[in-house]
Amino acid sequence: MLRIVGRNTLSIVQALGDFALFLGRSFRAAAGSRKIVRRIMRAGFEQGVRCLPVILIVGMFTGLVLGLQGYYVLNKFGSEGLLGTLVSLSLVREMGPVLAALMLVGQAGSALAAELGIQRNSEQIAALETMGVSSYAYLVAPRLIASLIVYPLQTALFVTVGLVGGALSGSVLLGLESGVYWSAVERAVESQDVRECFTKAAVFGLLTIGLCSYHGFNAHRNRSSTGARAVSASTTRAVVQSCITVLAADYVITSFLV
Amino acid sequence: MAAPVPEPLLQIEGLHKSFDGHAVLSGASLAVPRGCLVSVLGRSGAGKSVFLKCLADVLRPDAGTIRFDGRLLGAGDVEAWADFRRRCSFLFQSNALFDSLTALENVALPLEQTTGLSGKEIDGRSLEALRQLELDAHRDRYPGQLSGGMQKRLALARAIVTRPELVLFDEPTAGLDPLRRNAVFSMIAKYQRQFGFTAVVVTHDVPEALVASDRVALLDQGRMCFEGVPADFSASNDGVVHDFRDSIAALGSTLAAIRRGEASSSADP
Amino acid sequence: MKQSKLELLVGAFVVLGLAAVLYLTIKLGAGSMLGGDTYTIEARFTNAGGLNSGSSVVVAGVSVGRVEGIRVDPKDFSAIASLRVMSGLKLPADTMASIKTTGLIGDKYVLLAPGADETSLQPGGIITMTESSVDLESLIGKMAFGSVEEAKSEKAPPP
Repeated sequence: MLRIVGRNTLSIVQALGDFALFLGRSFRAAAGSRKIVRRIMRAGFEQGVRCLPVILIVGMFTGLVLGLQGYYVLNKFGSEGLLGTLVSLSLVREMGPVLAALMLVGQAGSALAAELGIQRNSEQIAALETMGVSSYAYLVAPRLIASLIVYPLQTALFVTVGLVGGALSGSVLLGLESGVYWSAVERAVESQDVRECFTKAAVFGLLTIGLCSYHGFNAHRNRSSTGARAVSASTTRAVVQSCITVLAADYVITSFLV
Repeated sequence: MAAPVPEPLLQIEGLHKSFDGHAVLSGASLAVPRGCLVSVLGRSGAGKSVFLKCLADVLRPDAGTIRFDGRLLGAGDVEAWADFRRRCSFLFQSNALFDSLTALENVALPLEQTTGLSGKEIDGRSLEALRQLELDAHRDRYPGQLSGGMQKRLALARAIVTRPELVLFDEPTAGLDPLRRNAVFSMIAKYQRQFGFTAVVVTHDVPEALVASDRVALLDQGRMCFEGVPADFSASNDGVVHDFRDSIAALGSTLAAIRRGEASSSADP
Repeated sequence: MKQSKLELLVGAFVVLGLAAVLYLTIKLGAGSMLGGDTYTIEARFTNAGGLNSGSSVVVAGVSVGRVEGIRVDPKDFSAIASLRVMSGLKLPADTMASIKTTGLIGDKYVLLAPGADETSLQPGGIITMTESSVDLESLIGKMAFGSVEEAKSEKAPPP
């Protein structure tokens, strides 16, 4: 029993260390890499432009639902005027960074894990190494750097669209004066909240894109399966672990920062 | 009479590698003279791929030495390996082309990432490599849009664009029909002469290798059980060489035995 | 995809995202107000219940600043709130501060009622004329108690 606990603890610590090494190696390799800006662009396209529709749609609906539910609850206390406070604080502090990160994992992270897994499988990664090109610098680092830029931007868009969604359901559907809503929004949100929002977004970006790259990149290390099965297994693991990590990291950041 | 034997470009001695206690290589040695086309033969699972991967530093051998141009490539000797990689190219069985890059970008990749050349020079050299392999018409196509043979040529173009002294081929003919096998071997032989690189080809196609190579080696049970010129290989009386070389005859006699067996079994009521 | 088109799309995305970031930081994060010059004054309340750092500071219904922090004076156990106010606003020295509520159970905010004094409050100055938060429970209690008394007094005078 104790041995099982010990063994699992050791393997978790080992995996964490391995992951940290992976991230460190990628960032160090990025320093000497040529034409990395171009590859950051491409990664920015995949994480940014490609995921924009899903971010906008989910953000809009999140705001609409928050506005609707919040209105009904606040209506019972006769304080509909606080709708803006409720919608803006939930979006900026929690839902914006978390939901945007989850959507990006679903769209960009899974694709990234599968792509790297297949590149590992078809020896493209080995080919890079034999050419003397660091696969960390060529494949992983641009994505990580892009995630640090793209995630905060996506989160900002998500929150903005969500606020508009809250205003729509509050003022158009339920007859709340939109000026009341927006002034409550402006009064409620503080620079501290906004900073927390962007900190979370950047941390989530690094962690999720890092995890997805890590699992795709190491698809061959999985002993129980090979080939296409290994790619699918590593992609699944990447997505599941990324989602759990987002929620866990959110809790940690919230409890330490606030 | 005794002319000084030129030092081989690549000298491998006593390579050992085992996985989970199962020995795949147990003392494989090979000398590759400069300018030669050397074929390493062996049946599937004999350790050919592992042997090549040790050369590419994808796998690390448990024991043994690899010397390139007289310099020892020790485990962890980053500088020696970097020098080796600069002067050597590796052609993968699956071609390992990047499917998100066009043909031209694929060829330009090693130059762009490992040399300090200007964009113009890189383009010029890449286009030249494509032209030499008759692929310049397809420069903007993606690997997925090219035929199998063109992909192979594209991979070769990428391998030679860095002007390597040594090119390692991992099963270049795997899964091809006999005509294409011939075409690939003649392509290797042709460009090997044209560009003057030294080539090591790992394969299990005996007749093609015997015709195209300057030297052949046979890997069996983790060891080289034959190393020499093709004529000696054809004449050798070694048991393993015999089995491998004359597999057709063996197949004939096996089939004959089976037919006899069938005949006898069907004769029984 | 052509590199130039890709760059164009990524550029458009970044501009869009940056606009959202700027909106959040400047408009919502109160960056515009706090970005401009401000100064801090203090107000001493006997009870600052319900007031938080970040609550609005209002003059004549217009938001002019925020509560920066609340602490307890260890000498007389009163609450001292530091208020960050726009520097364009010169408040007279006899300004009065009171804690008000938006709606019945809404946010608490600080209402400043400027007096008529010639001298104005210096940065770091302290407002002593204050009205503390209205404790809703005691208010309700008082009302209930008061109404009982009234009912009694009404009943008292017999015919």
